[in-house]
Amino acid sequence: MKKRIASVTERVKEILSSPIGRWAFIGAVLALILIIPLMNFQQRAFWVRVIGYTGLYIILGLGLNVVVGLAGLLDLGYVAFYAIGAYAYALLASGHFDTHISFWLVLPFAALLAGFAGILLGIPVLRMRGDYLAIVTLGFGEIIRMLVTNLTDLTNGSQGLIGIDSPYLFGLELKTSTHFYYMILIFVIIAIFVTQRLDRSRVGRSWVAMREDEDAAQMVGVNTTRYKLLAFAVGAFIGGLGGAIFSAWQGSIFPDNFNIMVSINVLCLIIIGGMGSIPGVVIGSFALITLPDILRQFSDYRLLLFGFLLVVMMIARPEGFIPSQRRRLELHAEEIAHAGPSETITEGGS
Amino acid sequence: MTILSSNNVTKRFGGLVAVDQFDLDLRELTIHSIIGPNGAGKTTFFNCVTGFYAPEEGDIYFNGTSLKGLQPDRIAHLGIARTYQNIRLFANMSTIENILVGQHPRLKASMVDAILHTPRYHKEEEEALEEANRLVQFVGLVGLGDHLARNLPYGAQRRLEIARALASKPKLMLLDEPTAGMNPHESAEMMRFIQNLRDELEITILLIEHDMRVVMGISEIITVLDYGVKIAEGPPEEIQRNPRVIEAYLGRGAASGLGQNST
Repeated sequence: MKKRIASVTERVKEILSSPIGRWAFIGAVLALILIIPLMNFQQRAFWVRVIGYTGLYIILGLGLNVVVGLAGLLDLGYVAFYAIGAYAYALLASGHFDTHISFWLVLPFAALLAGFAGILLGIPVLRMRGDYLAIVTLGFGEIIRMLVTNLTDLTNGSQGLIGIDSPYLFGLELKTSTHFYYMILIFVIIAIFVTQRLDRSRVGRSWVAMREDEDAAQMVGVNTTRYKLLAFAVGAFIGGLGGAIFSAWQGSIFPDNFNIMVSINVLCLIIIGGMGSIPGVVIGSFALITLPDILRQFSDYRLLLFGFLLVVMMIARPEGFIPSQRRRLELHAEEIAHAGPSETITEGGS
Repeated sequence: MTILSSNNVTKRFGGLVAVDQFDLDLRELTIHSIIGPNGAGKTTFFNCVTGFYAPEEGDIYFNGTSLKGLQPDRIAHLGIARTYQNIRLFANMSTIENILVGQHPRLKASMVDAILHTPRYHKEEEEALEEANRLVQFVGLVGLGDHLARNLPYGAQRRLEIARALASKPKLMLLDEPTAGMNPHESAEMMRFIQNLRDELEITILLIEHDMRVVMGISEIITVLDYGVKIAEGPPEEIQRNPRVIEAYLGRGAASGLGQNST
């Protein structure tokens, strides 16, 4: 029996590692995701919400993955950027100040604002490594939450902000979960596209080199100050984007939406998926965000069961579901003249 | 022509003077070794040249440019590369990727180029990849290009570290004990390889080495450090006969010469 399972997983791996197999798999999953809201089944609304929410966490995961997974900077205050993005949209597009700026204008602004906050956080922690960095970023996350709780005049404190405007797209008001489901899907695809291209470029290589050995990276010419700030900024930018989408979707936000559990969850989904791995972020989000909702039928035992699964997972497969893999780049002699990067994946990672 | 000159460089750690008023004049296209007992300050000097430490006193000039206050990455851009005594590769990156990172100072593509895959980005990446593959061939790692650096055998890791340093097309290479842990056969091969770097790639070599066979075999000039102080300098034959050097290495009374002894 065990042998049979092993041979089946071998076969699956084989199929997934060929380019055609992989694209077929991605296409199938994408098709399924695309049609779920169109199907008619009993719990449709529930699933649309849960998967939409999972998508939001994929976006956050992709952002934090740049900071933690690629650049190796342990950031425990990621929720701060999510909150900044969310509040930026809520304040500029609600009855609170009676400003109603278009979502599509605020979205890049909210993301840039969060990115800027990422640089501000990055500057004082440039010289810190590992656990020290974790503590400072943890504090930063709490500071932002305290600020939105206590700056009552600006943020309406713990009463939160309500009546946040819905985005409009070509005259269509985006207000149902289905609308946001598709909007989030598009942003997930964009975020995957951008972070993957960064990962494979000179920028991503510099981040990973910095993670592996900061001094050696600097000695081969990587400006570590610049690349650290860039990692913080890119991560925060994506987090701010997620925050703005969240607040537009919910229509109301409260400081409690931005507690430390968000940071922890996003970090956990990266670790479970496989540090630095983009497919890992996707799988990790489904495991960490979707699964607890599926487990609802076990009611009170839900979190107990979930915690148990996490422990088992980390013992059985500490490198994550889909460990980060390095691309195959060595050319054969005859290819060197007319070379192009190959897309095949190496068996390296584990 | 002098490529690197160190004037009166002093580096202290608390009360310890690791490098003491050290002068060095490195001529272009020579193979110059720095030797000395453990703790003599050789690696500390390397760290001063590469900007990892800031010397308390003195100046270091590279091709006439003062290196004072420059960060290691700036110094790398000027054309100095190094290897480490205890190999420091990017362990979870492949051989090729390590070399690609090494090309960092020569590449220009920005984040925007990378996201949009501009023609400039494509061209540059393609060339970088070809160059990396050529370096893999040059240091004899063909077939290991896609292996993670940490999975390479020891000798291959040493060669990869050199390939990574070469990738920036440096003018000066600092090699910190490149033959450490190698058997005599491997050391001899490394020696020829280092000579090649100078002869074919026209790179000036500054070498820290304990293996006297290697040092005496390839150096044109040797500088001897003891407790951070330069005690001798000259061609190998001269250093071998220098009584102060013999004393520093073997203690007073040992007169057998250094030639046959390796550490």
